[in-house]
Amino acid sequence: MDYKSEIRPVTMDQFLSQVIAMKMEQWRLVQICAVRIKDGYEMSYSFCRNYTMVTLRLIVGTDEKVPSITQIYSCAYLQENEAAELFGVQIESLNQDYHHKLYRIDAEAPFKEKG
Amino acid sequence: MAKRSIVPFGPQHPVLPEPVHLDLVLEDETVVGAIPSIGYVHRGLEKLVEKKDFKQYVYIAERVCGICSCGHGMGYCEAVEQVMGLEVPRRAQYLRTIWMEMSRVHSHLLWLGLLADAMGFESLFMESWRLRERILDMFDATTGGRIIFSVNCVGGVLKDMDHALLKGISDTIDVMEKEFTPIMETFLKDYSVQSRLKGLGVLSREQALMLGAVGPMLRASGEGYDVRKLGYEAYNDLDVQPVVAFDGDAYARCEVRLREVRQSFRLIREAISKIPEGPISVPVKGNPSGEFFMRIEQPRGEAIYYVKGNGTKNLERFRLRTPTTSNIPPMVELLKGCQLGDVPLLILTIDPCISCTER
Amino acid sequence: MENTKLLTFARTAFKNLFKKPATVGYPYEPAKFPEGMRGHVEIAGDQCICCGMCMRSCPPGAISVDRAAGTWTIRRFDCVQCGNCVHVCPKKCLTMAPGYTAPDVKKSSETFKASPLPSKPAARPDDGKEAVRPAAQVAGGK
Repeated sequence: MDYKSEIRPVTMDQFLSQVIAMKMEQWRLVQICAVRIKDGYEMSYSFCRNYTMVTLRLIVGTDEKVPSITQIYSCAYLQENEAAELFGVQIESLNQDYHHKLYRIDAEAPFKEKG
Repeated sequence: MAKRSIVPFGPQHPVLPEPVHLDLVLEDETVVGAIPSIGYVHRGLEKLVEKKDFKQYVYIAERVCGICSCGHGMGYCEAVEQVMGLEVPRRAQYLRTIWMEMSRVHSHLLWLGLLADAMGFESLFMESWRLRERILDMFDATTGGRIIFSVNCVGGVLKDMDHALLKGISDTIDVMEKEFTPIMETFLKDYSVQSRLKGLGVLSREQALMLGAVGPMLRASGEGYDVRKLGYEAYNDLDVQPVVAFDGDAYARCEVRLREVRQSFRLIREAISKIPEGPISVPVKGNPSGEFFMRIEQPRGEAIYYVKGNGTKNLERFRLRTPTTSNIPPMVELLKGCQLGDVPLLILTIDPCISCTER
Repeated sequence: MENTKLLTFARTAFKNLFKKPATVGYPYEPAKFPEGMRGHVEIAGDQCICCGMCMRSCPPGAISVDRAAGTWTIRRFDCVQCGNCVHVCPKKCLTMAPGYTAPDVKKSSETFKASPLPSKPAARPDDGKEAVRPAAQVAGGK
C-alpha cells in the first residue's frame, strides 16, 4: 500500500467549502500543522479515509485571519489552539479558544521567529 | 434541576502518571462536561529541530516520550529517509520492527498494570509490571538502554542483533506468552474486573471516527484501522490484522490491548524467523530537501511525523502529532454522562501520554 | 455469564506467595547491568586526536574538546547517554560502559588528557580545509 500523502493546495475562499466536502465524504481529521514561511504560514490540514491521506495546504499571511474548522470538525480545537499559541496564527471564531493559555509558557508565540 | 458545580481534576492525581488538568462540570455526581487543559510539561522539542543537525535530532525525537521512544525515533528517521529517498536495508527494517513490537508489548503491559492499579487490583498490577520487566531487560541487553534505545539512525540502525540474541528474544517471548495467559484471563474473565469495566465510557464507531480517535481506542469501537497495514518497515512481510472489538467501552479497549500483546508476540517470532542477513545501515549523503508526512502505528495509536527540509543540515520544521493529541477530544466525549468516580479510570483507558502531546 | 469467573487470580497470587521476590534488593545487593549497556562514556585518551567530532555531534553539548590544551572534557550530568559520540568517533576511542554516573549535589565535569594530532600543514597542500578538519578526512576514508 502506498503511504504517501497527497498535498492539495487550496486558496482561502475555497478552504472552508473544501473542509466541509471532506466532512461530507467521511474523511477523518488527522492533523493540523503550521509551518512558518517568509511573510506567513503554511497550514496543512490532513485527512484520512481508510488508509488514504490527503493534506489541504493553505498559505496565509502573517496577519491574515484563518477561519477555524472547529465548527466542522469539533476535535480540531487542540491543534488549532496549538498553532495559534506557538506560531501566532490568527485563528478566527475558534470553538473552545484557550486564549494563549493552552501551554503554560511565558513567551508569546515562541515558534513564530526562527532561532 | 440539579445544582451544577465545577470540580478541578489533576494535574496531580494518584491515577495519572503525567500532568493533565480537567475542569469537570458536575450535576450532582454526574459529569456533564469537561474542559481539558495541558501545558505543564511543554519543552519545545519541535523547535529544537532548527538548532540541531538532522542526524542529531534522532536522539531528541526519541526523548519526546519515555514509553514510545523507539517509535518516535523510528518515525522521525523514516520520514527523513523518505525525504532523502534512502533505501534502508531489509535487515535494519526487520530489526526496527522487532524493537517496535517489543515496545508495543512493553507499553501495553505498562498500561494494563496502570489499569489494574486504577481499579485497585494491586496484585494484578504487580504481575503485569513484573512481566514487563522481562521486556525491559531484553531492551537493555539488545540496545543498551531500558527505555531510550538510541538505536535508530537516519539510514538504518546502529546496532545489530546476532543469532544468539535473536534466539534469546524468541525464547523469552515463549516464556512470557505462558506467563501472560493468567494475566489475560484475569483481565478478560474476572468478575470484579468485568463489573468495573463493562459498559463504562461507551464510544460509538461514528463518534470515534468523527472525533479523530486513533489506535486501540478506535479499534475498540469497531473500526479496524491499523497503520501497520500500510506496510512500512517489515510489516509488508508480516501478517498484520487489526485487532478489533465492537463494544466501544472500557472493557473493549482493555481487550484490544490484551489481544495486541498476543499479536505482538506472534509478530516478533515471525520477524525473527524471517529476518534476512545483510548490512544494517546505508551511508547518508547530502541534506534533506522536501517534505513528507509519515504515519506509523505507535502502541497508543497512529502518530504522524511531518518533516520539512530546506537543503541545509537543519530541518525547517518537524511536527509530531501524537496519538494522545487525537485521543483527548474523544476522551472528553466519553466523560460526559459518567460518574465522578469513574473519571480516573476513563482517562486512563485512552492511555494518555501527556509529554508526547506537549513535546 | 459463562465468560465470568470468580477468583481468577487466586492461583497466581497463591503461587507468588512462595516465590522469591522478582526485584533486586538494591542498594544492599549490587545492581546487575548487562553487557553493552549505555551507562556512561569512557575515553581512551591516548588514542584521541582531538578532532572535535564528538563535541559537534553531542545533542546536549556535554562534551568539550580543547585542541590547544589537548584535553577532552565531559559534563557527566548533561550527558544523555545517547551514544552518538561513540558512533561518530573516527578513532573509536570512545566507548559506552555499563554503570550510571553516581548522584551528586552539584554538577561537575571530568577532564581527560588526550593526544592531539600533530598538525600536518604539508599533508594536502591543495586543500586547506582538510588540514583544519582532520576528522572529516579520517571519517571519509572509512
